[in-house]
Amino acid sequence: MSEAVLEVTGLCRTFGTVRAVDDVSFTLAAGGSLGIVGESGSGKTTTARIIVGLEQADEGRVTVQGRARGGRVRGRAERLARAREVQMVFQDPYLSLDPRTSVEAVLRETLRLHFPGTDHGARIRELLDQVGLGTRAAEALPRQLSGGQRQRVAIARALAVQPAVLVLDEAVAALDVSVQAQVLNLLADIREQTGVGYLFITHDLGVVRCVTDEVIVMRHGAVVESGPTDRVLDSPQHAYTRLLLESVPRPGWDPDRIAAARRAL
Amino acid sequence: MSVALTRRPGLGRLKAARGPLHLACLGIVVLVVIAALLASWIAPQDPNAVDLGNALAGPSPDHLLGVDAAGRDTLSRLLLGARTSLLGPLGVVVFSTVAGVVIGLAAGWRGGWLDSVLSRSTELVFAFPGMLLAILIVSVYGEGLLAPVIALAIAYLPYVSRLTRSLVLAERSRPYVSAYQVQGHSTLQICLRHVLPNIAPIVLAQSTINFGYALMDLAGLSFLGLGVPALTPDWGRMVFDGQTAIQHGYPLSAILPCVLIVLTVVAFNVVGERWADRVARRTP
Amino acid sequence: MNALDIRGLRLRLPGTARPVLDGVDLAVGPGETVALVGESGSGKSLTSRSALGLLPPGATAEGSVLVDGEDVLTMGPDRLRALRTGRAAMVFQDPRAAINPLRRVGDFLTEGVRFGGRTGAADAERRAVELLDAVGLGKELLHRYPGQLSGGMLQRVMIAAALMGDPVLLLADEPTTALDVTSQAEVIALLGRLRERFGTGLLFVTHDLGLAAAISDRVCVMYAGRIVESGPAGALFERPRHPYTAALLASTPRLDSRNGRLAAIDGQPPDLRQELTGCAFAARCRYATELCREQTPEPQGEHAVACHHPLEGSPLDV
Repeated sequence: MSEAVLEVTGLCRTFGTVRAVDDVSFTLAAGGSLGIVGESGSGKTTTARIIVGLEQADEGRVTVQGRARGGRVRGRAERLARAREVQMVFQDPYLSLDPRTSVEAVLRETLRLHFPGTDHGARIRELLDQVGLGTRAAEALPRQLSGGQRQRVAIARALAVQPAVLVLDEAVAALDVSVQAQVLNLLADIREQTGVGYLFITHDLGVVRCVTDEVIVMRHGAVVESGPTDRVLDSPQHAYTRLLLESVPRPGWDPDRIAAARRAL
Repeated sequence: MSVALTRRPGLGRLKAARGPLHLACLGIVVLVVIAALLASWIAPQDPNAVDLGNALAGPSPDHLLGVDAAGRDTLSRLLLGARTSLLGPLGVVVFSTVAGVVIGLAAGWRGGWLDSVLSRSTELVFAFPGMLLAILIVSVYGEGLLAPVIALAIAYLPYVSRLTRSLVLAERSRPYVSAYQVQGHSTLQICLRHVLPNIAPIVLAQSTINFGYALMDLAGLSFLGLGVPALTPDWGRMVFDGQTAIQHGYPLSAILPCVLIVLTVVAFNVVGERWADRVARRTP
Repeated sequence: MNALDIRGLRLRLPGTARPVLDGVDLAVGPGETVALVGESGSGKSLTSRSALGLLPPGATAEGSVLVDGEDVLTMGPDRLRALRTGRAAMVFQDPRAAINPLRRVGDFLTEGVRFGGRTGAADAERRAVELLDAVGLGKELLHRYPGQLSGGMLQRVMIAAALMGDPVLLLADEPTTALDVTSQAEVIALLGRLRERFGTGLLFVTHDLGLAAAISDRVCVMYAGRIVESGPAGALFERPRHPYTAALLASTPRLDSRNGRLAAIDGQPPDLRQELTGCAFAARCRYATELCREQTPEPQGEHAVACHHPLEGSPLDV
């Protein structure tokens, strides 16, 4: 049993009167892949942002590799150390890259910040190769790249830091189906090669089935069900999980029954 | 969502890159700048050489554009006047842009109480008409170019800072800023190295338009007799000095500087707006 | 008469080497639901917009687009306006972007039919209340602003607005992509009920093959501006004939797939700036032959497939 690389305990965050995150707890095993499933307003994005450090929790603890993360960052060393723990790939490939910076410059910036004095050129080539981008992409600006290519650059940028945990916030939701498949395969390969842990935030149960080992289901800020992916998707315990599963369109689907079930919940 | 400058479509074709208006204005800007730079070498006469016996004469081979009420050569005064007439607005624009960007960046980036304090202060300056502020300061500090330049720069500052602030607010909400924060860059680094270069083209294009307005304001001050000292050739000053010339029926020494002021202001405005258009369209 | 009849539509944009729509044939019968499936760049959104005459600036079109028997491409601006506020209506992907946030919902619903004085204010309001009820919303929404409604409710308002003019043809461009799965189910249920009640033909554009198969009578799959396969929904989903359809199904992560790698399609769709001879999918197809690269396949057979080597028999586990 591999030990946990990420441990979240009793996370709470309230915006005004709304409890966006309500006592959320889970663990991510080293090299594992955990999916967080929910609809809009479920709190999954806020939870991800708290883990990554873009927001502060009101209560609760986040621990990565045994070290607690929380509170304001004090000083450069701590800021860099936190970045080495958790990195993030964002949903929108078009806005998550600086439009004026070329691909190579993006990676070089990261390497210069975290690993000054090492051979950046070689490492950049290695990273581009790892995400399946050729050397020609190195000089390209974001506007010259497709959505899938930009997401690969975002993944390379996150991997350049060599994090323990990679948070993917709907990272493939904005991509075409065929491009999404390529990127999901790439992510599976990277996890095998580097042993990084994935936190997959998504609303798509098909993606959850394919890429995660464990899953938690969130609704209105709270965790309603959690467990191994196969078990949760094959025999869901909670009514909301069942509703989510039935809402996935397939032949022989009865949307009226689902609409009624949703109102009943 | 990027902040885009909205432009009126009406004169679009006239103002297009290859359009005659834009090329002509670009030409005027270039000519005026060259004249200002090379004035001392190409001016045919000493602009301050007084020749009262020849006062208010029309154009002659010696004085291609005539002389003014004190017998000074108009052409030479126009050429040297270009210097002060351009230097003043340049000072206004540089100072207001630098200070405005700093204030707008601080207000937009940090938000909170700093934003409130800075925004309310700049709004106070907005309420004060620029020219009146300049006249007030000149009356306190006396003649000279520095006082009105500083005064106008302060009056123009809110325009730049308000624009910068809204651009910074828009950029700050973009995911790439969050991405850099997660990567471990300090917020100051992100602000200077990524946000500032992205908003700079829009702010600079706006400043070019401000140049024209500053020119007009400074010329107006000189016309009122405030601003540059009496002997310095300056277009606004020349209009003031030329009032008597007009009354005597020799308008050339007063009208020519007026024409030049108008042409230069329009030219800078058109070129500046054209640049702003191009930048706005390029913004993704 | 068919609600929509597109014949041989060819659309060319300035500055491109091949037409962005290359000979599209599509029909939507009265009361029928047809799904148009494709990825970005396939031309599916352009096809649905052409039914309203919403062509991109500078585009040149060949062929005919008949809505309720009249050709949209040759209509004058008055007839087009009458068409757009009457016989054909569109529901867009993002309801918040498609509605004016500064005006009340009631104004938004009634302005289309009141345009040109065709319907009086009282009649228009009565119809608006009737339609709000049909989509499951109360009449108090007439006085609310769009910002006060959730995404799902707003999309239902958009559907009500689309039905105000009693259209024969309803076009929906990814109407549920921006919604949660559970809201999606409600909106789809609604569309089905309305179709039965009002008999409107529906052209449903989506990238989700599963959704298309679940709600439509017929599915058309588009790739690079051409319809590569069309047929009854169930049959297409279980036994795809075109290699692209099969590859698309295989690369979609599904609830019933195994954990592990997906069968991704290599490469990318052809660039608009490059000439294209033969089949558009040939460069990425594992069954491609010389014939495929030279000759453009035309749709053949009962279950129209545009392929020289259509897949036969049982579903392939690609």
